[in-house]
Amino acid sequence: MFWNERMETLKGKDLGDLQLRRLRWTVTQAGRVPFYARLLGDASVGTGDIRTLQDVAKLPFTSKQDLRGGYPFGFLAVPLREVRRIHTTSGTTGKPTVVGYTAKDLSNWAELIARNLTMVGLGEGDVFQNMVNYGLFTGGLGFHYGAELMGLTVVPSATGNTRRQIEMIEDFGVTAIHCTPSYAMHLAEVAGEMGATLETLKVGCFGAEPWSEATRGELERRLGVSAFDSYGISEMYGPGVAMECPEKDGLHIWHDSYLVEIVDPATGEALGPGEKGEMVITPLVKEAMPLLRYRTGDVTMLMDEEICSCGRGQKISRILGRSDDMLVVRGINVFPSQIEHVLFSLPEVGEQFMVYLDRIHQLDEMTIEVEMNRSTFSGELRDLHRVQEKIASALRETLGIRTDVKLVEPGKLPRFEGKAKRVVDRRGVLF
Amino acid sequence: MEHERYFIKQISVFSENRPGRLAAIAKAMEEDGINIFAFSIAEADGFGVVRALVNHPDKAYRKLTGLGFVVSFTDVIGVKMRDEPGGLYEVARILGEAGINIEYSYAYSGKEAAVLILRVDNIRSAIEKILAHGGSLMEAAAFR
Repeated sequence: MFWNERMETLKGKDLGDLQLRRLRWTVTQAGRVPFYARLLGDASVGTGDIRTLQDVAKLPFTSKQDLRGGYPFGFLAVPLREVRRIHTTSGTTGKPTVVGYTAKDLSNWAELIARNLTMVGLGEGDVFQNMVNYGLFTGGLGFHYGAELMGLTVVPSATGNTRRQIEMIEDFGVTAIHCTPSYAMHLAEVAGEMGATLETLKVGCFGAEPWSEATRGELERRLGVSAFDSYGISEMYGPGVAMECPEKDGLHIWHDSYLVEIVDPATGEALGPGEKGEMVITPLVKEAMPLLRYRTGDVTMLMDEEICSCGRGQKISRILGRSDDMLVVRGINVFPSQIEHVLFSLPEVGEQFMVYLDRIHQLDEMTIEVEMNRSTFSGELRDLHRVQEKIASALRETLGIRTDVKLVEPGKLPRFEGKAKRVVDRRGVLF
Repeated sequence: MEHERYFIKQISVFSENRPGRLAAIAKAMEEDGINIFAFSIAEADGFGVVRALVNHPDKAYRKLTGLGFVVSFTDVIGVKMRDEPGGLYEVARILGEAGINIEYSYAYSGKEAAVLILRVDNIRSAIEKILAHGGSLMEAAAFR
């Protein structure tokens, strides 16, 4: 099923022509932003220099840091009175990033969400419970308006009060939910405690943090949903940038609206399909806040196949990590998502884990606290040792480093309702 | 022979090695009027297993599980020993000669006798040998 079949299936020359036209428009629009006018002037690049899609490489990159420097409205290409809404990203360091939307931006955004929700099999008659923050976070209002646009019945339940969330799912006959995967895990736990079966649920849209295939299996089994990965970043409107189709083998990024490049995070050099690197996006239809070659910090790759069996175009792989979350432990690159993948594929591992990094005698030490799985406890100390060793050796095999695994009681580790923060790096503290 | 008569359900509780965990377990038992005959703690690398022999194992299991503890039952035997020099030797010799390995054990001194609680690698054979040598075992019926 398609929401906008022509745009969703546009390929080859037709797609290329549209992208080029829109890229040139975006460069012109960006020129209205003083930051870009200066940058383009310094590089002596203008709209006229963009003759093919490959010419995108002539454009400068934009970093998260650049956007912060423009706080609050330095990146707006339109007067503030034309901005209908403002969102901000969670400012973990310093000022948040402000994102503005014109009326046209808001309708573009809703359309992309409608494509996503249609792609995963939803339509009129479905009841959609949106269990994410409804404030400045883009996941709330973003999904809300897209779901309304396509005719779903929307329950804007936002976050918190998990028992009430579960009652609503059962009482309202909710068929689809949207939340973070870690909150979905918590939801499953609480539903289990309440004895709620969540009969009506069929689709789960999960995003805003990386999650593994093992987690997908868990969520599908425990919630009785088909689970789909949703990708978005506030700088590109929010959710709606890419999502999985029922093939669940990579995410469809909307090529008519986003021009994707994969680059080596260190050198900025372009990488081909099948090569992992940082995703760089140039939005093609953003009015209020056009961006040029934005460094997302998300690590992924373009998939080899140019056409998916669902009829849509080239996909990106599920996000493999953050180029800046990448941990360097004793000189080896480690993505937290790899750790999650290993742990959740072991039946002895319970629902949560935490990773701690310390520097002891000039050496990096990684300690992983793992909640036990209740049902695999035999009562014997030596079996616990065996579990500990099994986990450590599975991690060593995948990550290539030695870790110190500690077993902890179920329910002891923190639960996260927003983005999970499972890595605590304590190496810098004393220096 | 009905070996199961002598299978005593020991409660094994997974516990992180941090202050207050044993107190939490003991408090839970007190709240439900469960008497702890004996217990031991096996510790390794930040976590341990608290083993306890209680008068109502099923009740204790439900209580602790309800509190979020990870609990399981382990079958052990309770050998009544003469509470005098040579008592332990007698029991250990019987098992040693029969080639039965003791994985762990702990003891308590009850009203009638001293009781040696044993976790062995072959519980059925241990029961047979001890009884054959005239030893006496606690019956599971005493714990429910």
